[in-house]
Amino acid sequence: MKKKGAEILVECLEREGIEIVWGIPGGQAIPIFDALYDSKKIKLVLTKHEQGAAHMADGFARATGRPGVCLATSGPGATNLVTGLATAYMDSIPMIAITAQVPTKIIGNDAFQEADVIGITRPITKHNYLVKDIKDLAITIRQAFHIATTGRQGPVLIDLPSDIAKAEMDFVWPEEVVMKNYNPTYKGNINQIKKAAEEINTAKKPVIYAGGGILSAGASKELKAFAEKTGAPVGLTLLGLGCFPGTHPQFMGMLGMHGSRTSNLAMHDSDLIVAVGARFDDRVTGNLAHFAKKAKIVHIDIDPCSISKSVRVDVPIVGDAKTILTELTKQCTLRKHPEWWAQINEWQKAYPILYNRKGALKPQYVIEQIYELTKGKAIICTEVGQHQMWTAQFFKFDQPRTFISSGGLGTMGFGLPAAIGAQFAKPGSLVFDISGDGSFQMNVQELIIAVEHKLPIKIIILNNGCLGMVRQWQQLFWKKRYSGVDISIQPDFVKLAEAYGAAGMRVSKEEEVKGALEKILKINDRPALIDFKVAREENVLPMVPAGAAITEAIDYKDVEFA
Amino acid sequence: MKHTISVLVENKPGVLARVAGLFSGRGFNIESLTVGETEDLAVSRMTIVVGGDDMILEQVSKQLNKLIDTIKVIDMTDKQFINRELALIKVSVNAGNRGEVMQVVNIFRGKIVDISSKTFTVEVTGTDDKINALLELLMPFGIKEMVRTGAVALTREWQKEDPKKTS
Ligand SMILES: Cc1ncc(C[n+]2csc(CCOP(=O)(O)OP(=O)(O)O)c2C)c(N)n1
Repeated sequence: MKKKGAEILVECLEREGIEIVWGIPGGQAIPIFDALYDSKKIKLVLTKHEQGAAHMADGFARATGRPGVCLATSGPGATNLVTGLATAYMDSIPMIAITAQVPTKIIGNDAFQEADVIGITRPITKHNYLVKDIKDLAITIRQAFHIATTGRQGPVLIDLPSDIAKAEMDFVWPEEVVMKNYNPTYKGNINQIKKAAEEINTAKKPVIYAGGGILSAGASKELKAFAEKTGAPVGLTLLGLGCFPGTHPQFMGMLGMHGSRTSNLAMHDSDLIVAVGARFDDRVTGNLAHFAKKAKIVHIDIDPCSISKSVRVDVPIVGDAKTILTELTKQCTLRKHPEWWAQINEWQKAYPILYNRKGALKPQYVIEQIYELTKGKAIICTEVGQHQMWTAQFFKFDQPRTFISSGGLGTMGFGLPAAIGAQFAKPGSLVFDISGDGSFQMNVQELIIAVEHKLPIKIIILNNGCLGMVRQWQQLFWKKRYSGVDISIQPDFVKLAEAYGAAGMRVSKEEEVKGALEKILKINDRPALIDFKVAREENVLPMVPAGAAITEAIDYKDVEFA
Repeated sequence: MKHTISVLVENKPGVLARVAGLFSGRGFNIESLTVGETEDLAVSRMTIVVGGDDMILEQVSKQLNKLIDTIKVIDMTDKQFINRELALIKVSVNAGNRGEVMQVVNIFRGKIVDISSKTFTVEVTGTDDKINALLELLMPFGIKEMVRTGAVALTREWQKEDPKKTS
């Protein structure tokens, strides 16, 4: 049967199992939107900004593990996707972005709303395609999905000129995707696995360092079994939170700059680090010259490029974490490591993560209350800043894919649209966006989408009247020269929420926190926001200063009780 | 240390930009890069000379391998390989030194491919060492213009190349 390019696109998306597309139309995208108009399987969600569309697709993907799809017109529509693509790329999130392009004949002529989208997005996508011939369209879409969802996952962009979208041809669904040059390694090398098992079985102070790769591989159960058999303590990266239960006795907390001192000290003192689905990011390792000098390193990752990139690895294993952990667990002996645990427990006692409830309402208290009230059963999205780190420190994530945050790029404005995407994906789940007053204003326009679709997202603004994380750095490292961080002139967030048709509340005292949270938990037909007026100069601690060794953390008591 | 890396890529628009972007984006140092067709019209071969320590070179190879359009990456440096570069050198001459210049060029098996009253244009091929040596000898006469192609290389026949992505 003859089909137009745009119809082929829509049919291919349907066949890939896509049910929602987030986007905004424009001149060159009209053919695509016209084809979507007839789709019975795909719901089109019209966002307010293309960045919102990208983060919604991303939030959907993080909540489900399935690829999210966003759609933009040529030129400014496409360039508005850039931050969203870079965010997904840094965190290895499967996503498909479709951008309309000017007709093939005028590409390169500085046509109206033309941008070199392929050139612009090349370094921030796993791969991208300009479709110049309708014959290539279906197979390109198949390949795009294949690339986005296999190996180390990531966003793939398809740039579709409007003449191709309008051209016609006989449509044949390509059953198979054969890509002879793209064959990610899944099966771990058996000799390497054996070597790793030997190291693990003889180690005295092993540490498991796991990250977002466990979530991508769906290997949480396998990680837990591995940890329990080897008896090793577990530290997680920011993106890994939830891949191992936060309430598990072997969990030491988050690693890195704002991680628990215990997990950082354990890495430092360890004689064997087993890294799985993590990439030795600078926020985790601190100063490389002092990083884990006594440890041998086993590194399991699907991406060979992640191995020995910044830290020399002794036993590299490229492949799928799920199958490799299963095999490795079989070859490991049951260990308890009582001496090592005595040391770890000592650290835990000496360096708990704490805060002082005296004075104005503390943001950490609000997060603790959310945890208590929800019993941890919620999907928590965050923006970027202090509130993000407090969430990571004070909320215990037991389930995979319940913590959704921009880690690699650190994109303010990510949380609200990501929460919307997550709520679309999981209509029955309780979804929060924990935000700062700064980040919330970066994509606040998307609030109307939650209202329109009756998404009962809970928005928590930890309102400190400033760009808190930057203020903290200025306080600690820049002699309190508070340049460009005051945002105390701000909209009335309660009225703003109401103007959008969401519920809004304001809280400034500890004793009101629980009641207000209980109230918004009952609202289920629209988003609800609480503007928590919190202490302005609270700090996220412990903190390893940038460039310092991970053992050299500043503690809460050093700053707040000094 | 300098490495010569041979990359077989799909002969498609945009591939060169991907490779060049990878080098600039990750701060790898390209000394030279050449691209050309191969016996298979669908495949191009890039020869890239790049400097850096072992860990950087390992990253370069892995990152090149990771590009979807890459078919095969061969680090020639640990192998036996044939390495050639072509240079065109326009050197100043006068009635008094023409003979001397010709002699130097002959020793290097170069060819004089253009002559004017004040210049010779010399064509020479060889390893970069050979070309550097010739340049050094021609320098005193005055080099007016010069162009080098960058290295191209092939492994010697009796060696097997490692297949892509076996790590
Ligand atoms: C798009 C973007 N711009 C700038 C930054 C730099 N930045 C990191 S944290 C931060 C402050 C965030 O303020 P807010 O959202 O109010 O959160 P708080 O730190 O106060 O909790 C800024 C400006 C960023 N991460 N993202």
